Amino acid sequence: MTTPADAIETLPPARGSRARREIRRAIHSFISAKWPILALLILVAVVIAAIFGPWLAPMDPNRQNIILRLAEPMADGPRGATFWMGSDALGRDVLSRLLYGARVSLLVGIAAIVVGGAIGTLAGLVSGYFGGWVDDIIMRLGDIQLAYPFILLAIMFLVVLGPGLVNLILVLGIGQWVTYARIVRAQTLSLREKEFVEAARALGDSTASIIFRTILPNIIAPLTVIASFNVASVILAEAALSFLGLGVPPSVPTWGSMLAESREQLIANRWWLALFPGVAIVLTVLSFNIMGDWLRDFLDPRFKETA
Amino acid sequence: MWNYIARRLLQSVIVIIGVTLISFIAMQIGGDPTYLFVSERATQEEIEAARRALGFDRPLHIQYLSFLGDLVQGDFGNSLSYRQPAMGIVLGALPATIELTFFSMFVAVVFAIPFGIFAALYRGTAIDGGIMAFAMLGQSIPGFWLGIMMILFFGLNLAWLPISGHVPFLMPLIQGDILTAIRNLPGALYYLIMPGLAIGFYSLARNARLVRSSMLEVLGQDYVRTARSKGITEGSVIVNHALRNAWLPVVTMIGLEFGFLLSGVVVIETVFSWPGIGRLVFNAINQRDIPVVQAAVIVLSLLFVALNLIVDLIYLRIDPRVKL
Repeated sequence: MTTPADAIETLPPARGSRARREIRRAIHSFISAKWPILALLILVAVVIAAIFGPWLAPMDPNRQNIILRLAEPMADGPRGATFWMGSDALGRDVLSRLLYGARVSLLVGIAAIVVGGAIGTLAGLVSGYFGGWVDDIIMRLGDIQLAYPFILLAIMFLVVLGPGLVNLILVLGIGQWVTYARIVRAQTLSLREKEFVEAARALGDSTASIIFRTILPNIIAPLTVIASFNVASVILAEAALSFLGLGVPPSVPTWGSMLAESREQLIANRWWLALFPGVAIVLTVLSFNIMGDWLRDFLDPRFKETA
Repeated sequence: MWNYIARRLLQSVIVIIGVTLISFIAMQIGGDPTYLFVSERATQEEIEAARRALGFDRPLHIQYLSFLGDLVQGDFGNSLSYRQPAMGIVLGALPATIELTFFSMFVAVVFAIPFGIFAALYRGTAIDGGIMAFAMLGQSIPGFWLGIMMILFFGLNLAWLPISGHVPFLMPLIQGDILTAIRNLPGALYYLIMPGLAIGFYSLARNARLVRSSMLEVLGQDYVRTARSKGITEGSVIVNHALRNAWLPVVTMIGLEFGFLLSGVVVIETVFSWPGIGRLVFNAINQRDIPVVQAAVIVLSLLFVALNLIVDLIYLRIDPRVKL
């Protein structure tokens, strides 16, 4: 992977007019690729649902209503309202729960990326810049973790620590660090020898300053690509863990736990309980994947054919 | 070559030690692990007694060594809910899980290759676009949801396929009853279709993309042009010259792929009530049956390490360049 910085070899990317040109190029490629527009629209909708869920939701997502339980989509709800997407086994409105569920999915997805990205980037920078035994230890640790199916690791820790939002984010984040560490390390290794880094060193900059202010800004581009693919896989993992009952507490609606609850109604063919949360997950994950694909192609056109 | 094999074996041993260490740390990270093994109503004396009985009063390094010692003997203690050795329960569920894993791997590889080839050959056309869009979608669908949707559609509405159940194939085979195994095979496959597809779909999609891109790379090579100019039929060029090299990245992926599939197995077995390790783990999580969870996690990760090793050794046979 190379960054646009490689094109000018010795200089870090200049600011100003060049940046403006880059943005124009980004917008152009974004529009001509078509699919990213759709993805962006879906993501905006999900973000709006996550932020304004409580105002958008037609009903209280936890309000139970035993008389109106398992209502089909479009059925009449309480007080003249409509269950647009039906109601669940406790008579709760599926649409309202879906809107609230966007919160947890996005929050967990993004927070886990921040945790994993921060740990991984730091590890990769240290590993690549210093090399030697530090590098060996960090990378071997990564190898061990990659050789271990992630969900098993998550299950082990979540069973002991107990489910909960913070634990979930930590486990999912730690599960991702290796990916970041490997890419950042490779980039750091090549940047370390570049002349502008050499120049910073000659000017007497501290090691911390060289790592974080000279090298790190040049790694941001590939990091955003991994991050957008990563959000997608973290959301999938979160759904799977919620499905297993290792997610957030049951009072908080999430897409994964809604699917878990739908299982009991499966035999009775209550399809709406499973269909809508699943579609929400697929659309969100698909959008992140499409964005990741586009970002990768945009940042490095060489990948267009081979990746 | 022997050098490579030795290095690879050593690597596996290190990973296994790492796995045991992680499992051990996981137990300790929530504070005193004794509380995981006693009932919530246990008195202080009972907790003390349990702590001594389980050995959690000893120094950590001694605990780890005895954990390793027990592990080598396959002793994870008794299951808290079944009152039987946890290891025995897990091993009893292992064949069903292996059947499912291999079947989904088969689905993921065998269907991905033609999809990838077609997309590459018709690059830039609607066929390519369609297959790639399908692959993109496949990588965005949670396997367990796909399973649920298949149950609703093919299982309940169309009633084509069974929504749960399992016909053992591997178990009679292990017990030496080959006749029963062969007789069970059609039934076993019939029950495998839906869960196998649900688990393998993600990998199928990714492999199709992988085959396409490496196929595109290979088709541009000189030796493919040479083969064409010699007048060899297009089909033979694709199968004998291009595919032989194009599918190598897929084989490389297969080892890691087992990790994804095993992760999927845990969730999908629950959806289809498949009597394997995954469903066992699910039930054990709900009953907080720590010995069973631990035994299952260790067995699954050992299985993963072993499969990875086998795939790498097979790779050595099909791609002689590794030997150099």
